[in-house]
Amino acid sequence: MIRRTGYHVAMGLISFLWVAPILWVIVISFRSFDDVAANGLGSLPHSFTFSTYKSAWEDADEFRALINSLLVTIPAVLLSLGLASVAAYGLARYSIPFRRTILLLMLMGNLLPPQILLIPISRFVELIGYYDTLIALIAVHVGFGLGFYTFVLHGFMRDLPREIQEAATIDGAGPGKIYSAVILPLTRPALAALGALSFTWIFNDLLWSITVIRSGEKMPVTPALLGLQGLFVSSWNVIAAGTVIAAVPTVAVFLRFQKHFVGGLAIGAVK
Amino acid sequence: MFWPAVQGFWLALTSWDGLSAPRFVGLGNFSDMVSDPIFRTALKNTAIWLVLFGGLSVVGGFGMALLLQKERRGVGIYRAALFTPVVFSLVVTALIWRVFYQPDGLVDTVFRTVGLGNFIRPWLADPDTALYAVIVPALWRQIGYVMVLYLAGLKAVDPALYEAAKVDGASAWQRTRYVTIPQLKGVNSVVLSVIVIDSLRSFDIVWSMTKGGPYHSSELLSTYMYSTAFQSTQLGYASALAVVIFVLALAVILGYLIRAFREET
Repeated sequence: MIRRTGYHVAMGLISFLWVAPILWVIVISFRSFDDVAANGLGSLPHSFTFSTYKSAWEDADEFRALINSLLVTIPAVLLSLGLASVAAYGLARYSIPFRRTILLLMLMGNLLPPQILLIPISRFVELIGYYDTLIALIAVHVGFGLGFYTFVLHGFMRDLPREIQEAATIDGAGPGKIYSAVILPLTRPALAALGALSFTWIFNDLLWSITVIRSGEKMPVTPALLGLQGLFVSSWNVIAAGTVIAAVPTVAVFLRFQKHFVGGLAIGAVK
Repeated sequence: MFWPAVQGFWLALTSWDGLSAPRFVGLGNFSDMVSDPIFRTALKNTAIWLVLFGGLSVVGGFGMALLLQKERRGVGIYRAALFTPVVFSLVVTALIWRVFYQPDGLVDTVFRTVGLGNFIRPWLADPDTALYAVIVPALWRQIGYVMVLYLAGLKAVDPALYEAAKVDGASAWQRTRYVTIPQLKGVNSVVLSVIVIDSLRSFDIVWSMTKGGPYHSSELLSTYMYSTAFQSTQLGYASALAVVIFVLALAVILGYLIRAFREET
């Protein structure tokens, strides 16, 4: 009994310590500038205001940054999962020559440190005239994610029973029909997990955004947050509000797809 | 994906400012590195990062997974609490902690409350503490992630093994040491490769908190490569730095691929 209480006290304390930074920043985001100036960032709040959120949303234009983020993230997720599922379907269900080599090459592309690709890709994007466009950013994310998604989906599709496909073939379904009507619905759990994961990965990206995009009005919200620091020097309450805004979309996706999300992270581990 | 990588290797052998044509210098960039003090700092910091960030997140994540593996009341909440930071971007994480490290912020207040007021310093602006002040938030976010990987691994361990060990009179510690840990071999190798690759890639959090400064004291190879490429536009030298990162990561990548290959057969 005492042991159990001790366990819960200790774990409760650790959990609290873990969440405390988040709560503290939320508290700061509602404090007024005068309050922070007078009492310091370490004190308990003496004020309550929404003006910080208004500053971050309108003056710093986080609204536009969020739109940019969604304009990049949503097409990139759909496109890369769509392409990856077709590729995985082909590799898993048909005997394509060298398919294992193809798969491993794709996976290796994903494991490469991005640094080796930064300069060539930024130069290439400039050369074809897509520098500083959201399209270039989408293309980079699709290219970078494709290998890993194909690898995971391939593993998943390969384990589906062969009889299903044979039955569909006997019923007269062609490869396209089998893919869309049989395989894809069965792959939904894996697609949901990868979808939730890739959404946060792409949404949270910093390195590629600052490499491919230059102008402020095209920046997605994650790199735009860094710009906020320059804009509101030492207005930490506004910066806190901006941080909270930028965190909301990924938290929402996480809460909505919680089970898939955690399952997805574990995909690599249990294999 | 591979053509740009090949280009990256080629550029590492050149000197290029991005305007005129790249000039072939052979291995000149690499011999420059040897006498480049910033490179040596970055390499040393990357090693520290690997040991502290990598090591502590494995120890912390594994410990938490052991504590939270049994399904009982409250465990769900504890797991969720530890996992929450994982969904934030590293930039969000960096800003949250920057707020703390401000003069008179929460960190200073805590130090003063427990009577360590003398130790207070501008954490991120002091070359002696900057690197460690960045590792703490990185760990805060990584431990939950590693925990999830281990929780999945622990779930896959056959409970009959524990029962057998218990019957044989093994203590809780012995069960962990001789049953759990050997059973987790597969997960360990995944975690290890994830950690090494993550460490070498670590860029966002350092860039958002210190940009590698002050005076390069928190510089990692990845941040040094980025600023060399896009701020001082020495594209050849930056490519050579990228090659170093690649070579360091290669061993781990190969290990991972061999494992993946074996499972495919």
